[in-house]
Amino acid sequence: MTEEKIITWLPACNTHDVPVNGGVCVKYHDQQIALFHFSRRGEWYATQNECPHRKQMALSRGMIGSQEGEPKVACPFHKKTFSLVDGHCINDEDECSLTTYPVKVENDMVYIGFTEENGRDTEGILA
Amino acid sequence: MKVVVIGNGMVGYKFCEKLIAKSSAEKVEIVVFGEEIRRAYDRVHLSEFFSGKSAEDLSMSSTTWYEENGVKLHLGDPVQSIDRPTKTVHSYKGITENYDVLVLATGSAAFVPPIPGVDKEGVFIYRTIEDLEMMQAYAKKAKKGAVIGGGLLGLEAAKAMLDLGIADTTVIEFAHRLMPRQIDDAGSGILINKLEKLGLKICTNKNTSEILGENAITGMQFTDDTKIDVDMLVISAGIKPRDELAKLCGLEVGHRGGIVVNEKLQTTDHSIYAIGECALYNGMIYGLVAPGYEMAEVVASHLVEENKSFTGFDMSTKLKLIGIDVASFGDPFVASHECRTVVFEDTMKGIYKRINITDDGKYLLGGILIGDAEAYNMLLQTAKNKIVLPPNPEDVILGSRGGESEGGAGVLSLPDEAIVCSCESVTKAGICTAVAEQGCETIDAIKKCTKAGTGCGGCVPMVKDLMVHTMKAQGKYVRNVLCEHFNYSRQELFDLIKMHQLKSFDAVLDKLGKGDGCELCKPPVVSIIASLFNEMILVKGNDTAQDSNDRFLANIQKGGTYSVVPRIPGGEITPDKLIVIGSVAKKYNLYTKITGGQRIDLFGAHLSDLPAIWEELIDAGFESGHAYGKSLRTVKSCVGSTWCRFGLHDSVSFAIRIEERYRGLRSPHKLKGGVSGCIRECAEAQSKDFGIIATEKGWNLYVCGNGGSKPQHALLLATDLDSDTCIKYIDRFLMFYIRTADPLTRTATWLNKMDGGIDYLRNVIVNDSLGINEQLEADMDSFVESYKCEWKEAVENPNIRKRFSHFVNAPEEKDPTVVFEGMRDQKKVKDWK
Ligand code: SRM
Ligand SMILES: Cc1cc2nc3c(=O)[nH]c(=O)nc-3n(C[C@H](O)[C@H](O)[C@H](O)COP(=O)(O)OP(=O)(O)OC[C@H]3O[C@@H](n4cnc5c(N)ncnc54)[C@H](O)[C@@H]3O)c2cc1C
Ligand code: SF4
Ligand code: FES
Repeated sequence: MTEEKIITWLPACNTHDVPVNGGVCVKYHDQQIALFHFSRRGEWYATQNECPHRKQMALSRGMIGSQEGEPKVACPFHKKTFSLVDGHCINDEDECSLTTYPVKVENDMVYIGFTEENGRDTEGILA
Repeated sequence: MKVVVIGNGMVGYKFCEKLIAKSSAEKVEIVVFGEEIRRAYDRVHLSEFFSGKSAEDLSMSSTTWYEENGVKLHLGDPVQSIDRPTKTVHSYKGITENYDVLVLATGSAAFVPPIPGVDKEGVFIYRTIEDLEMMQAYAKKAKKGAVIGGGLLGLEAAKAMLDLGIADTTVIEFAHRLMPRQIDDAGSGILINKLEKLGLKICTNKNTSEILGENAITGMQFTDDTKIDVDMLVISAGIKPRDELAKLCGLEVGHRGGIVVNEKLQTTDHSIYAIGECALYNGMIYGLVAPGYEMAEVVASHLVEENKSFTGFDMSTKLKLIGIDVASFGDPFVASHECRTVVFEDTMKGIYKRINITDDGKYLLGGILIGDAEAYNMLLQTAKNKIVLPPNPEDVILGSRGGESEGGAGVLSLPDEAIVCSCESVTKAGICTAVAEQGCETIDAIKKCTKAGTGCGGCVPMVKDLMVHTMKAQGKYVRNVLCEHFNYSRQELFDLIKMHQLKSFDAVLDKLGKGDGCELCKPPVVSIIASLFNEMILVKGNDTAQDSNDRFLANIQKGGTYSVVPRIPGGEITPDKLIVIGSVAKKYNLYTKITGGQRIDLFGAHLSDLPAIWEELIDAGFESGHAYGKSLRTVKSCVGSTWCRFGLHDSVSFAIRIEERYRGLRSPHKLKGGVSGCIRECAEAQSKDFGIIATEKGWNLYVCGNGGSKPQHALLLATDLDSDTCIKYIDRFLMFYIRTADPLTRTATWLNKMDGGIDYLRNVIVNDSLGINEQLEADMDSFVESYKCEWKEAVENPNIRKRFSHFVNAPEEKDPTVVFEGMRDQKKVKDWK
């Protein structure tokens, strides 16, 4: 995803609001985004919060880790695991992929990037 | 020699790969024409395009493969004619190439029955990535879907429609059952049931007479005068071999299509071959990839003067639909007078298995598996390799009952030349050699080295069995390591963590592991840390390494709310405390139920309400019941001698004492206990991890019982103990279990795997045969002393408390997607799809 296409950077929260090597859920209008601080790797990731398996709003409460170097999150419900990089389901090739979002950190503030594709800035507030 | 290949599909590509492997570049020149705009891709896994695989992910080769191997590739340029006398082909873009050998690998197209209206907008076929792209775009505005064809592909297309978000999808099959070529009526019945549970509607015996709508489809009319509303349709009614080029240049084709070939895959012109789905061998089109690959192998061999022939191919298949096992192998339908048929059917569980065996009961001819196809590979091999069946042939579908389990010995009985991976033609010997001689000791290594398991993936469990057996046969110790991040078993890690006094997951990973950890290693490691040091589980960065239920000190429920289970030791509770539970449940709108563990579960709590709920419960004297942890659940009691006319001792008091002793103890799996006041055993103590039954002289102690899916009675460890000795033995028993069991292994399974069984265990616990009992008791004492209610600590610690909110940027708001419904004066969560 290229920077040019990003139309909104949502200031989501402070870096210390997110647990070390864990996730939180961020509200953006009627969307829920799971934001992860993979502190061990010094990386930030954001995906949709809804697990495509049973449509549960739970990925932000999932456990993160890696498999052969690929950072992933495991859904708390049935342990489907998804790549944090491109959202594909790692342990079930028939499962749908997650939408992922770019993240940046500036002055301790974490921002999630929305593009025309992944975001629905319905009220145009942040545009 | 110049070889021209027409068609860059799965088989055409595989042919190039095989020919290159067999010959040297100087000798063979290869030119490929492909009509599609992409390099050959994995059509078998086409549906994964909808779950996010890109065209590139599905590609069979890297971008540079053709160039690196000197193959000239013309994409998006179909061949339009073949001139046999001059041995040349002419393409759409005007290229002319001459050939010494021509290989037709033109595959097939979807067969579209001539129903009026099939050309309407919204009607699709399911064959190429472009078809899928068009479907994906159209599905956005479609609500009601249908698929014509209830065969292998039709069902796959129907599942794809569900995945595209069209929840209302109907499968229309002309025959009176689904997958008519693979399964029988009874099997189809069970399959329909299962598909309906996925949300599909199934209509068999339906013949479409017209597709309705102005420009776009709006409905379907059937010959029985019924109709349905539909705004998107996929036709998957069979395949039609692409034999048009062959026909045009005068090669013989079958009257129902297909290029006629001999056992060398030569067409009626011997310098022209046909392979894959366009070839008609012995009156048959092979619509699967494995026979196509075999054909590619035969032609490539023939060209380098190896002698191989095609003699037909097994059409066994397994459906790849997620969640439903359907397989058919060998001859699934042999008429009953030539053979015996054994059928096993469980309509409750949705399992149907049928095997056809020779009259003398010796050999397996074929069969059908629905609902449980675990045995597919083994049965397929048994049929293909004519392996003699056991004396009770039904054992192969029912498992041998009573005796030793088959335990994978099955794979050992296969002959070396048995094809284990039929997609890539890898034999048993091929896999065993890779393990024994090339040192492949993981599935991934075997995949890389032999290609086994890289096609449909169906053989992977069997490959794994072979790998384990080969390694064991070499005297290699197959260790139960946790995962890729730790090369240790749980028991080894326990000792190492203790020795190095490592108190956080990261410290353990830095010292003993590698990488970042994952959901397989984090929970057992933090559980070990909790067992050893008994610090609050949500501190020191260990919180996010806890299983999600532990992380929020509650069990997550359907819909994303949580349950609250206060401890009620021994099942004894005062009326006042009952009132508190009732009023808390009312205040926070919770569903209440008495559990099977003699206590009360409050369900449906929002994450952000948990701390407040617990605060009120704790104020009233309750503690965490650890219903979420791999830790002590309940010690069930019967009322005992205080009230019961048969009671020998006060079982309630003893149960409370024990439950309070071990509450909060983290272990490899959950722990349950029971105390009964006499041999009538009303507390069901013999089904618990540790169970105690009063005798005239004291207590009998039983261990390693289990309920769950494989119930097992506890075994007697010691008799007529006084209360203190009984507790001492339980201390030792639990600590020994915590030290040595694998993750998620209940005490029953732990004992089942223990060499020497209960006698060995008794020796350790009662006779101190390992000399560790003093240590075990000391460990338990220090645990008991340091116990604190973790919910109390959580509600009192603002930093931990803050984590109990759904939105980090709107902590006061609850998850708006949680929806409840009413039921019998309480609430229930809305069902998931
Ligand atoms: C609530 C309860 C059912 C009920 O309404 O009665 C229950 C509910 C659950 N049980 Fe159970 N079990 C409950 C009594 C039992 C019993 C009966 C008993 O304890 O006397 C058994 C069989 C006895 C045994 O464990 O040996 C039982 C055997 C299981 C098993 C299978 C364990 C096994 O060894 O195979 C699981 C799965 C697991 O733990 O992996 C399980 C798992 C579960 C889970 C945690 C499933 C899950 O992961 O979400 C359920 C969640 C409850 C929740 O959200 O609070 N539950 N479960 C019972 C709670 C008892 C309590 O007060 O703590
Ligand atoms: C959705 C789906 C699921 C499937 N699932 C399974 C499964 O689980 N197991 C299984 O064994 N099989 C499965 N199959 C079948 C399997 O994909 C085929 O058997 C296999 O692709 C056949 O390979 P092929 O090379 O013969 O034909 P194809 O892969 O169709 O390749 C033929 C190629 O030739 C091209 N071509 C045709 N005419 C010309 C011309 N004149 N000039 C140039 N190029 C031309 C075509 O455009 C095409 O690209 C599935 C198929 C589909 C569509
Ligand atoms: S038996 Fe199954 S459904 Fe019932 S509570 Fe236990 S785990 Fe849940
Ligand atoms: S809901 Fe996420 S894995 Fe099932």
